[in-house]
Amino acid sequence: MIDVKNLSKSFGDHLVLDNISEHIYPGEKVVVIGPSGSGKSTFLRCLNLLEIPSKGTITFEGTNITNPRTDIDKVRQQMGMVFQHFNLFPNMTIRKNITLAPVRTKLMSQAEADDTATALLKRVGLEEKADAYPAQLSGGQKQRIAIVRALAMKPKVMLFDEPTSALDPEMVGEVLEVMKQLAEEGMTMVVVTHEMGFAREVGSRVLFMDGGHILEQNEPHAFFANPREPRTIEFLSKVL
Amino acid sequence: MIQGLIEWFDRLLPRFYTAFIEEDRWKLYLQGLENTLIMTVAALVIGVLLGLVVAVVRTSHDQQRPGRRNPVLGLINAVCGIYTTVIRGTPMMVQILIWSFVILSSSRNKVMVGIIGLGINSGAYVAEIIRGGLMSVDAGQSEAGRSLGLNYLDTMRFIVVPQAFKNILPSLGNEFITLFKDTSLVNAIGAMELTYYAARIGGRNFDYMPPLIGAALMYLAIVIIFTWLQGKLERRLRQSDRR
Repeated sequence: MIDVKNLSKSFGDHLVLDNISEHIYPGEKVVVIGPSGSGKSTFLRCLNLLEIPSKGTITFEGTNITNPRTDIDKVRQQMGMVFQHFNLFPNMTIRKNITLAPVRTKLMSQAEADDTATALLKRVGLEEKADAYPAQLSGGQKQRIAIVRALAMKPKVMLFDEPTSALDPEMVGEVLEVMKQLAEEGMTMVVVTHEMGFAREVGSRVLFMDGGHILEQNEPHAFFANPREPRTIEFLSKVL
Repeated sequence: MIQGLIEWFDRLLPRFYTAFIEEDRWKLYLQGLENTLIMTVAALVIGVLLGLVVAVVRTSHDQQRPGRRNPVLGLINAVCGIYTTVIRGTPMMVQILIWSFVILSSSRNKVMVGIIGLGINSGAYVAEIIRGGLMSVDAGQSEAGRSLGLNYLDTMRFIVVPQAFKNILPSLGNEFITLFKDTSLVNAIGAMELTYYAARIGGRNFDYMPPLIGAALMYLAIVIIFTWLQGKLERRLRQSDRR
């Protein structure tokens, strides 16, 4: 579904991703873990070209998205993204946050988008917040709305960039619950996270990144039970 | 010493009478004030329009995807860069003299020349105000918009610009105040605004103090009123943040 070939990214002299090749298959739930500064967020942000790769190609469903002539807006309409800091639009109501993109990209009429928003909000238990503004919501509620906002575009894959890292501990659960539901419905997901429990329970594959490389990857139970690389063992001994 | 002071105060009223009441001279000040306000508003309109164009060109040029740079936009951006550098790097007085005696030397309508000079000057500053306002919006906001598949213009129009507006408005108010006071410079090219009349009346009566102090008080009064309005507006805008 997403094919990454020889991907490198540097900021100035600093090489953040070093020649990464990876493939993400439909229906997979890929969980990316690793120490901070390992390049995992940059890797994720390259997948929808929020970061422009310095070298290498990324292909999404047969379209080479690293080609400057590709209409990246069309590609992004099929890839949802959820950010660490939610990035809801504070100048709009929740309903407008959700319906803006489907309507402006002509995916839906305003009426259809409103119905979709209501249905999605009901699903995450926030239908009474439709006319509220983001400033009135808690962090956990904001992040659930952010997920719903991405889902309203009916994406084929969802990218999560540390979705629970900015949340109070007691709100982490409600967001992970929504993500778990989404996984059960068969959504293809790439999740950068520090939630090892989530990685173990929901992931179908775990990637461990360090120093701009994917050092090790495995099916989650084997990954956590028998890490092979010394760096992985060291990392896991600190976080588990 | 005390005697001199008393005599000075004694003569004050007749001096102000000559400067303002005699021969209905107060009408001239009002006429000048009217021209001053017309020039301020017209120059601000030019400045905002020009500033908006320059700011949009410069930000959109900076935010292009590498490998997909538009050469025409690059050229326009270079022109905008030269414009802001030249305007912000030379004195307003010199610019006004150049407009009046070099570029538009055949024009008799000095108020119009003043408007053009002030407006084009103001545009360079407004451009920086708007650019600063656009950059003050968290980068995550436009990333969120773009990640949903919205194009650059829609992201700007619905997400970035409405949020930038709140940061731009107070600075734009300050620009209005600056521009309002700077209109007094065009008296040097003979545009008939408030300072022009004050100086003329002072010259005619061989008594500069009353008309100039009077003009200064008029400027001050308008600035105070405007600052007060601006404060009210800012408080209202902040309120909507807390909703």
